[in-house]
Amino acid sequence: MTWLGIIQILLVLGIVLLVAIPLGGYLYRVFSGQRSWLERVYAPCEKVLYKLSGINPTVEMDWKAYIKPLLLVNFIMMLFVYLILRLQGHLPLNPDHIPSMPWDLAFNTAASFITNTNWQNYAGESTLSYLSQTMAITYLQFTSAATGLVAVIAFLRGLVGKRAKMFGNFWVDFVKVHTRLLLPAAFILALVFVGLGLPQTFSGAQTVHTLQGASQTISRGPIASLEAIKQLGTNGGGFMNANSAHPFENPNVITNILEIIAMAVIPTALIFTFGRFLKKRRQAVILYVFLVAMMLLGTLLVYWSETSGNPILHKVLGISNVSMEGKEVRFGLPLDSLFVGATTAFTTGAVNLMHDSLTPLGGFVPMLFMMLNMVFGGKGVGLLNIIMYLIITVFIAGLMVGRTPEIFGKKIEAREIKLATLTLLIHPFLILFASAIALVTKTGVASIANPGLHGFSEILYAFSSAAANNGSAFGGLSGNTPFYNIMLGVVMLLGRYISIVAMFAIAGSLIRKPVVPESAGTLRTDTFAFGGVFAAIALIVGALTFFPALALGPIAEHLQMWSGVLSK
Amino acid sequence: MTNVLRSLRVTAIFAVLLGLIYPLVIGLVGNLLFPYQAQGSMEKHNGTIIGSRLIAQSFTSAGYFHARPSAVDYTANGSAGSNLGPTNSALIKEISGNIALVKKQNGAIANASIPADMVETSGSGLDPDISLANARLQIPRVAKATGLSESYLQDLVARETQNRFLGIFGDPHVNVLDLNLVVRNKLDQ
Repeated sequence: MTWLGIIQILLVLGIVLLVAIPLGGYLYRVFSGQRSWLERVYAPCEKVLYKLSGINPTVEMDWKAYIKPLLLVNFIMMLFVYLILRLQGHLPLNPDHIPSMPWDLAFNTAASFITNTNWQNYAGESTLSYLSQTMAITYLQFTSAATGLVAVIAFLRGLVGKRAKMFGNFWVDFVKVHTRLLLPAAFILALVFVGLGLPQTFSGAQTVHTLQGASQTISRGPIASLEAIKQLGTNGGGFMNANSAHPFENPNVITNILEIIAMAVIPTALIFTFGRFLKKRRQAVILYVFLVAMMLLGTLLVYWSETSGNPILHKVLGISNVSMEGKEVRFGLPLDSLFVGATTAFTTGAVNLMHDSLTPLGGFVPMLFMMLNMVFGGKGVGLLNIIMYLIITVFIAGLMVGRTPEIFGKKIEAREIKLATLTLLIHPFLILFASAIALVTKTGVASIANPGLHGFSEILYAFSSAAANNGSAFGGLSGNTPFYNIMLGVVMLLGRYISIVAMFAIAGSLIRKPVVPESAGTLRTDTFAFGGVFAAIALIVGALTFFPALALGPIAEHLQMWSGVLSK
Repeated sequence: MTNVLRSLRVTAIFAVLLGLIYPLVIGLVGNLLFPYQAQGSMEKHNGTIIGSRLIAQSFTSAGYFHARPSAVDYTANGSAGSNLGPTNSALIKEISGNIALVKKQNGAIANASIPADMVETSGSGLDPDISLANARLQIPRVAKATGLSESYLQDLVARETQNRFLGIFGDPHVNVLDLNLVVRNKLDQ
């Protein structure tokens, strides 16, 4: 651990903040219907898209009318992608002659990408045709990010709205996220990526004769276009098996920094958009401070643990103590650690090193972030989880000081608490219940790669990643079995849609409530004291629910490693 | 029902826009502006493509600098790391095997002075770079096998070193294919 390393981490987070603040304002202006300076470009494009899809942009929706098409179009897109994967062997743009996918893997992949998880039970370079990489993977990386974003935007409108039909129009929001944010941003980033060394070609793999005279087949393809939206949409599913550790996905330290910024910037901006909707900038600042502090502490723990290295290697083999197993030379450990922290805090799931080979505490942090699922969180749904925790905090804090719990001027009553608790509990339930099933079945245990406690961590990590819609993995686990394809697929779908629907129902009931004017008796949510309670409740709830599992996995393995015991 | 029809239309239209037009346009513009990068940074020697600058290839002969150990033996259409956990006895076995190989190739080196990247496998299995300490340890071997002087090779490593971006970000490192292409061209002369 060096000062230069810590400075690298802080500088990148600083750049994220500098971009996120104006972007948060921009998102607010787009979704509160204000004109953009590029209105003359955007509006005609959107008009064409409305016309082609049969959208009437003047319709206003209540929460049920908003969520129905959201779920429906997600279902149809998932079906569409399932079909492409099943048929890719017979479809065009397949220069490397890759066969069609079996049904269970295709289900898992479609569920994974529609839910913004991007868990991959396949190796991209050998299992997907170029058509699947673009029309299945890249496509859903846009639309799943857009779905999460419009969900939280509609929720915010519900939070501050006064009439039931003030959620906006799902179709209009869905189109605008693409035209005014994701497409232009991805377009620019993808071209920058090509310039920095990411391939973008539809020619098949290149066979070369190496300097030593051997033959090497080098997979390539339309990588830059996928990589841009993979990060911007907090998706994380790589073109290649090695994901952002692969030199074609992340060829140098500049692309590495850009990828971290791209995955972090929209979730961070949404915190400020939230403040703009509430007309309380201070609320956003408080949230940002506590969230970024959690993220920074986690990142520094990874950094410390990876630079301290593996004492067993030191003792038995006497080699240098830094851990380089599963890492690439070009990024350096500080930015490696930030990548680990960012990819799980912002629930992207891209990896620039193999998480399975991290030291136990280095693997503990990403697991914890996925279990908390609210350290910024993924595109849109992260903010929904943050608001869920805010509601729980207001409720508990209100009980402690003897005040009626209210949030942003609306009373929190039994219905909202029930729904928030459902959202809160579904996450640990999915992770722990599914892990338990995997651990007691022969087929579940058979997929473990590493012996001992680390093998338990592999399973726990897999279901945390699926439930949090993250997508990163302890990659040793052989996930491509019917058991894991189905289990992980179902967990991803439930983890995504139950909480979105429950949070929408909360907004639907909040919007009908009269606004309670702020008084001296109001529990203020925009103070550092409240922020501290908020962070404490998130940590306590997270720790209490997950501590036994974490103790059995990474914590016990940490103790094992420092006492120098190997597993066989 | 209108919602079903509309969903079908949106699914189709956005699939074409995002899944076809967007990557094709990036491909067109990308290849126009950056043809070398867009095709995968392929390097030529005597007119034939000998590999990608970004992808490690297997170097075993003593006269070349060697890349980091690869869990997939430098298979560039099947990237992967070893995924061995820190308390797995297989990890110790793998690394001690790599240490033995390094010593066999480079002569007696104290374990403590072997840099970690030289004996621990990379994340992708295709890491094209090595640390400076790694490169320097290989200089005596390469010098002996090629007849090039050690000071020439030291200058070469220094010249090809990629320093920290803006003096801050990343770790200094050197690209193995860059080094070996220079060595090869020098020997061809």
